[in-house]
Amino acid sequence: MTRPFHLSDYNKKVLDHYENPRNVGRVADADAEAMAGNPDGDRMRLTLRIRQGVIEAAKFQTFGCVAAIASSSMVTELLRGRTLDDALRLTNRDVVEALGGLPDVKLECSVIAEKAIRAALADYRKR
Amino acid sequence: MTGNEEKTIYMDHHATTPALPEVVEAMLPYFTRNFGNPASSTHEFGRVACEAVDEARGRIAALIGANPAEIVFTSGATESNNLAVRGIAEENRRRGNHIVTCAIEHHAILDTCERLEEKGFRVTRLPVDRDGLVDPEAVKDAITPETILISIQFANGEIGTIQPIEAIGKIANRRGVAFHCDAVQAVGRVKVDVRKCGIDLMSISAHKMYGPKGIGALFLRAGIPITPQITGGGQEGDIRSGTLNVPAIVGFGKACEIARREEGKEAARQGRLRDRLRRGLEAGIEAAALSGHPERRLPNNLNFRFRWVDGEAIVQGVKGIALSTGSACSTGEKQASYVIRALGVPEEEARGSVRFGLGRDNTEEEIDLVIEQVERAVRRLREMSPLP
Repeated sequence: MTRPFHLSDYNKKVLDHYENPRNVGRVADADAEAMAGNPDGDRMRLTLRIRQGVIEAAKFQTFGCVAAIASSSMVTELLRGRTLDDALRLTNRDVVEALGGLPDVKLECSVIAEKAIRAALADYRKR
Repeated sequence: MTGNEEKTIYMDHHATTPALPEVVEAMLPYFTRNFGNPASSTHEFGRVACEAVDEARGRIAALIGANPAEIVFTSGATESNNLAVRGIAEENRRRGNHIVTCAIEHHAILDTCERLEEKGFRVTRLPVDRDGLVDPEAVKDAITPETILISIQFANGEIGTIQPIEAIGKIANRRGVAFHCDAVQAVGRVKVDVRKCGIDLMSISAHKMYGPKGIGALFLRAGIPITPQITGGGQEGDIRSGTLNVPAIVGFGKACEIARREEGKEAARQGRLRDRLRRGLEAGIEAAALSGHPERRLPNNLNFRFRWVDGEAIVQGVKGIALSTGSACSTGEKQASYVIRALGVPEEEARGSVRFGLGRDNTEEEIDLVIEQVERAVRRLREMSPLP
């Protein structure tokens, strides 16, 4: 038997990113912007400022559970200072790892962060 | 509770309630001194236990207007629901194979019906209206000559809506179809009278009404044949075998006695607190909609959906208050509640649902604190939401 999921299963780092999310909002005059979604209804808007192929600033807005919010917050931290190629290599695994892990049933909720990166960079290339 | 914090406010009484001290006290002697098996007919130990069970049976029956002989003890409401649905289906297999229920029943009914469908039964799941009500006319129209069981809950554990049970009972009785009612959330909170409602079978649980966990009952009207689902020593009139859980039964009886003694006074107090909570949330938070019927609902229940934010995120953000997004479930699934969805609420909006289940310990000060905390949590989350 598996034990049921409890909110207290979230680790301190996840809860810190939920309580004190980094980089909330929208980058002014964004060079890239995208809205990503999960099948269960989560939504994440990611905006980026890009200079000479490097992400200078990343901001997010997210509708979703604790895990989705924490993943969004973490990914904006991971994106800052990365080249576009480097950013494209980021996966939800990296986000989960940076958060120190998510409960099994919540792993899916981090995928939205990866989707948002890809969608935002696709938007950048289109411009 | 996490030790270093002050007392956590518990506002999730649809999931479970604490056993009252009076209940626990009544139970204790039956673990030790009076440990006998009520089925032991040859000595005092058995007789003492048997008398305690009889007294409890009488108290449970009195609360719901039944005869003591019509009370069958089970391990809880899930078992009662299983016994009722499977037991009636199996018993009447040759008469018909059709069951009528509704879309917002507890999983103990819905999943059981699903299993029966695999065995050749046909199930009609009636829709509910935007307030969560089943239309008695729809029940009537759903009945066919093959119908052997109607199972409709008394009140919903998520949205609190109270069904027109009397009207449905009349229809079932007139058509000669067995009528089962899952009254787990209603008994002890609102007046439930099995005769007045024309109920043939009814599920009850002790831990939803300040009794212990692991004990429940099925009211089975005299003369309704049913196929046992647990066989063995022939306890409970051969309908439910297994040594009786005497301490839990005694506690269950005590909880029923207390509920009956209070004659709705406590429910009325909780109703006033609930109304205060509702007014506070509606005044403080825009785009907050009530789920469930505005009046025909359990006195201790509120369920609000807050637009553009997620229920889990709200509950996590509300400090020192135990709240829930919906029914107590064992997975981390974050799909919107099937109950809220059945009201016709879109998925995204349903995701913002928070259930408030008031109880005996809650006070006016706590209500005000909950209003303040929920308002704060919703505001903060909306600031980081990309919606609308």
